[in-house]
Amino acid sequence: MAKTIAEINEKIKKGQAVVFNAEEIIDFARNKGIKEAAKEVDVVTTGTFGIMCSSGAFFNIGHAKPRIKLGGGRTFFNDVPAYTGLAAVDLFLGANALPDDDPRNRIHPGEFNYGGGHVIEELVAGKDVRLVASAYGTDCYPRKKLETWINIKDMNQATLFNIRNAYQNYNVAVNTSNKTIYTYMGVLKPKLGNANYSSAGQLSPLFNDPFYKTVGIGTKIFLGGGTGYVAWHGTQHNPDAPRTEKGIPKDGAGTLAVIGDLKQMSPKWLVGTSVMGYGCSITVGIGLPIPILNEEILEYTTITDADIYAPVIDYSDAFPNLRSDKMGEVTYAELKSGKIKVKGQDVPTASRSSYPKALEIANVLKEWIDKGKFLLTEPVELLPGVESGVKMKPLKERPIED
Amino acid sequence: MTVSKKIVLRFPKRMVDRPIVYRLVKDFELEFNILKASITPEQEGLLVLELKGEQQEYDKGIKFLIKNGVEIQSLSQDVTRNEERCTHCGACITVCPTGAFKIEPKTRLVIFENEKCIACGLCIPACPPHAMEVHF
Repeated sequence: MAKTIAEINEKIKKGQAVVFNAEEIIDFARNKGIKEAAKEVDVVTTGTFGIMCSSGAFFNIGHAKPRIKLGGGRTFFNDVPAYTGLAAVDLFLGANALPDDDPRNRIHPGEFNYGGGHVIEELVAGKDVRLVASAYGTDCYPRKKLETWINIKDMNQATLFNIRNAYQNYNVAVNTSNKTIYTYMGVLKPKLGNANYSSAGQLSPLFNDPFYKTVGIGTKIFLGGGTGYVAWHGTQHNPDAPRTEKGIPKDGAGTLAVIGDLKQMSPKWLVGTSVMGYGCSITVGIGLPIPILNEEILEYTTITDADIYAPVIDYSDAFPNLRSDKMGEVTYAELKSGKIKVKGQDVPTASRSSYPKALEIANVLKEWIDKGKFLLTEPVELLPGVESGVKMKPLKERPIED
Repeated sequence: MTVSKKIVLRFPKRMVDRPIVYRLVKDFELEFNILKASITPEQEGLLVLELKGEQQEYDKGIKFLIKNGVEIQSLSQDVTRNEERCTHCGACITVCPTGAFKIEPKTRLVIFENEKCIACGLCIPACPPHAMEVHF
């Protein structure tokens, strides 16, 4: 029997909704059977806490007296440059932005100790940040220089807007070369010395709704410790990725673009991150509630780590050269056992994404729903699915000739 | 009884050119394994050692070091984890050469066993939220 989101919300308001996290639902449905479980359960909560590079925030800092037009000028938060190609006092700060004087990889591997992600974490923590700006001056915006401390609580708006988060599946990174390499997937030791993966697997949002049958524009979520919304499908959203018989993507597939008020988020769930030899980023916490509208959707949420396959990719060769050859496929159950077999060799594994924190997020979201503090929203439009024809394309390079 | 301990030795400037470790071997029959050694610009010496031998001789050796002005500290105090910053991702696990990090299977929390740590420092820059700290 089918339920609607409105019916589920009525139960949430009365404190009667039955909510499980995506780990608990596995055994519950195994014991009860899909049919019975779908009848009883109203919501399954998911979570993920990993490094999500395509993240950043928009700020409106308020007008200075006299006025200054930062648009087209240069603006820095704690020496980290913000994007100023907007109106007078609107700015965008990306998680990967680096101070001009950061040595980057000049001495390889660079440490990347402080960047945009760290500024966002400090702002969310309520710390004062140094804002230094220069502008060209106009008749209506005469000022050319601005140097001030700024605090998030004094800004008009601080809006987190992450254009690609919560990747549905991800590569397992290895290194077949003879030297250690420093990648966004971490330090990879030579000759298959280790394998790094980055997904919460069975807890991860989009693995629990593999065909995007409930998640879409306007879906309310846990974002960075506060609430946010799915704004759009994320960049590189690729419903066309190869899938198992059950429909689970075996490769990076769906993604989410998410938005929310940074002022109500927490530094616990937005953590400035350094990736040695690669750059700065931010670790983002996201939790997606899945309304159990029918048996089919319940069944999707019963996915286990043993059902999910990830491709093993050589980051010393195939990845940098944009070749799709895989060195194999392994399940998240294998990855979480601590070692996998690649080309007959035992390779120790490590995660880049935190499973215990993903579980904590799923539980926080569950508690919000249990207490009636969080209602589900009806998406305005679902994310593009397999039938949409949306694909991920490589860049088509066309040399520019004089 | 044989003991084996990892210790951090700090030498004042006047000691830097003296064969301290040689004396530990010759006079007290202690086995050593140097884990880290450096001399800072102010010419203070730092030596991280694993020292092994008979308890009695070990104690005598330590006494000898102290008498000569060497500061001694147990290694486990030197590398610490900032629990507030640790996200329990597990990136450190395969970076550590001595297996000082492991996953608690039930909760999947990352456990730091600092008695296994040799203070090599590899985890410091490799930790994404910079939760690992070294205090030499």
